[in-house]
Amino acid sequence: MSGARSAILERMRASLGGVASGDARRAAVETRIARHARNLVPKRGQLEPRARQALFVEMAEKAAASVERVASASDVPAAAAAFLARHNLPPKLKLAPDAAVAGLPWERHPLVKIETGIAAPDDRASLTPAFAAIAETGTLMLVSGPTRPTTLNFLPENHIVLLRASQIVGAYEDGWDRLRAEAGSGWPRTVNFITGPSRSADIEQQLQMGAHGPKRLHIILVADDGDGKT
Amino acid sequence: MEATSHAFKSNARHALEDAQLQRAMTKLGFREARAAAAARLPEFEELRDQGRDIKNHVLAHLDLYLERYEAELVKRGGQIHWCADAEEARRAVLAICRRLKAKTVTKGKSMVGEEIAINEFLEANGIAPVETDLGEYIIQLRHEPPSHIIAPAIHLTKDQISDSFFENHQRYGKSRRLEEASELMAEAREVLRAKFIAADVGITGANFLIAETGSSVIVTNEGNGDLTQNLTRAHIVLATPEKLVPTLEDATTLLRILARSATGQEFSVYTTFSTGPRRADDLDGPEEYHVVLVDNGRTRLLGTEFQEVLRCIRCGACMNHCPVYNAIGGHAYGWVYPGPIGAVLTPALVGVAEAHDLPNASTLCGRCESVCPVRIPLPKLLRHWREREFEAKIPPARARWALKLWAWLARRPALYRLATRVAMAFLGALGRRNGRFRSLPLAHGWTDGRDMPAPEGPTFQALWAARRGGKP
Repeated sequence: MSGARSAILERMRASLGGVASGDARRAAVETRIARHARNLVPKRGQLEPRARQALFVEMAEKAAASVERVASASDVPAAAAAFLARHNLPPKLKLAPDAAVAGLPWERHPLVKIETGIAAPDDRASLTPAFAAIAETGTLMLVSGPTRPTTLNFLPENHIVLLRASQIVGAYEDGWDRLRAEAGSGWPRTVNFITGPSRSADIEQQLQMGAHGPKRLHIILVADDGDGKT
Repeated sequence: MEATSHAFKSNARHALEDAQLQRAMTKLGFREARAAAAARLPEFEELRDQGRDIKNHVLAHLDLYLERYEAELVKRGGQIHWCADAEEARRAVLAICRRLKAKTVTKGKSMVGEEIAINEFLEANGIAPVETDLGEYIIQLRHEPPSHIIAPAIHLTKDQISDSFFENHQRYGKSRRLEEASELMAEAREVLRAKFIAADVGITGANFLIAETGSSVIVTNEGNGDLTQNLTRAHIVLATPEKLVPTLEDATTLLRILARSATGQEFSVYTTFSTGPRRADDLDGPEEYHVVLVDNGRTRLLGTEFQEVLRCIRCGACMNHCPVYNAIGGHAYGWVYPGPIGAVLTPALVGVAEAHDLPNASTLCGRCESVCPVRIPLPKLLRHWREREFEAKIPPARARWALKLWAWLARRPALYRLATRVAMAFLGALGRRNGRFRSLPLAHGWTDGRDMPAPEGPTFQALWAARRGGKP
């Protein structure tokens, strides 16, 4: 199929190459990628932290996610246990094997059975850490890694996400900047932007929740930014 | 898939007489949702301009971005398979499946998959493809092609879907005929969950490819595309070269206009950037990541008057707003892409001889262009096809002679004014009694479907001249 490769590229060059010199075209491409400049970012994606957090919550709830604010990370196990009880779910939770969630004081809730690892088909609920969240549309940004398996975001019917207030950014571009800074020369296999729970309107355009992914998306928002207490 | 676009006229007639289809088409609610989403974002129009500019820039440098994309993809452990046409793409997919001894393949929605008819090919080679998007799953059960690029089962009523599930799910022990949409979806979720877990290979399409990182992007609301790629040993991405964008920022700009234009959502539920296979220390994810990059006639359009069609991001807004699509649905168009985008793309990809009716099935009302997120001038491109058809002598001789006669007349203003004045006066006198004509010689195509109103008074040009004080 290398024949196809050169044929496709040759045909493109024949149609396009006459426009400008090869060097000028190559420079344009290299510069654009190296600069990765932002295009227009809507005003709503450029708010101050307090307004940004309010917008995130508003947009996430509009997308049918539920958001619960807690004062500190040590409150997360209680909030997660209450979520399971509220929805009559078995007291069992699959955690991402990440210190941000697995390192929380779960021993205070001995009735909730805690496991860590990838999602199994019979897991009913998972808890994973967010990488960032985008206020503009109420979107979570989750990034795969050794302690953050992706299946936890999709297989269980109930997905709980731990988000720290300081992780809320205005626009997707801010999320990319944070990821570029963290990833360095490596790059994660998967970046998931998640806006509310799974849904489909494929039957007569009637919106139904819980198509293949989670039926519920619950965001536990931890105040860690000094002014996030409400 | 096999095109039946040559039968457009009879396809359209059947569609208009199909009561189930006509009932289903009344449910199309995307237009209001798009208008509301656009109104909520003050920058929407400016983002459309930028979306157009990004795509134009990519198309002008496509060879170079492809090379960069390939280098990044390979650096991160992905494999790319360059394919000139559908046959090569099918072979590339089959070779991967065979090597992995795959029995079942799950699939996310892919229009390129429809284009290369991958399902039929895999089936013929003993591999079971399972569509997992709810709409695609429904039409796969019914052995039908999609009728809309983002809502493939939009032509079906709930009753028809109930029948299909009842018929096909008994082998899974489901013996009750379901009535509610929620029950139907729950049953599909249960049946497909087992397929996701059993599958060996997962195939998805790509909304974008990113040169900067070598990533592919898919957008879904169901999460099926993510289960497809995360629960199998190999993820195969079916993509075409024009899906390329330079950077993550450029993809972001296009994503801001994609969901809003398609379903009127602020953002789709799941937007997933995939880059290579699972890393050495990852706990899940596919062991192999392949991109089957198929051209299938697209690069032929570069540098031609049709280049702008390659900006398309497949949102479906043009068909949602098209009066013709709304009247006849998607199947009548006879190939993968219906509506205005299909009427431009189909002649380009399967040939104008096969699809010559499609560019004519338009009133050129312009609604498609007015909503296209990347501002493709669809009416202009439809007119280009009409010109090409005229040059290729595809319209019947009578139509070509009539056009030539009209062109001759239109270039002679004095004669044109005289001829229309005489003709209108004559028709006006003839039709004075009824005010309309039930039939007219040489115009049955018009009067078969509706009456022709009789002209009243002077011609438009005469009225205009009088209004401007006698100046023509």
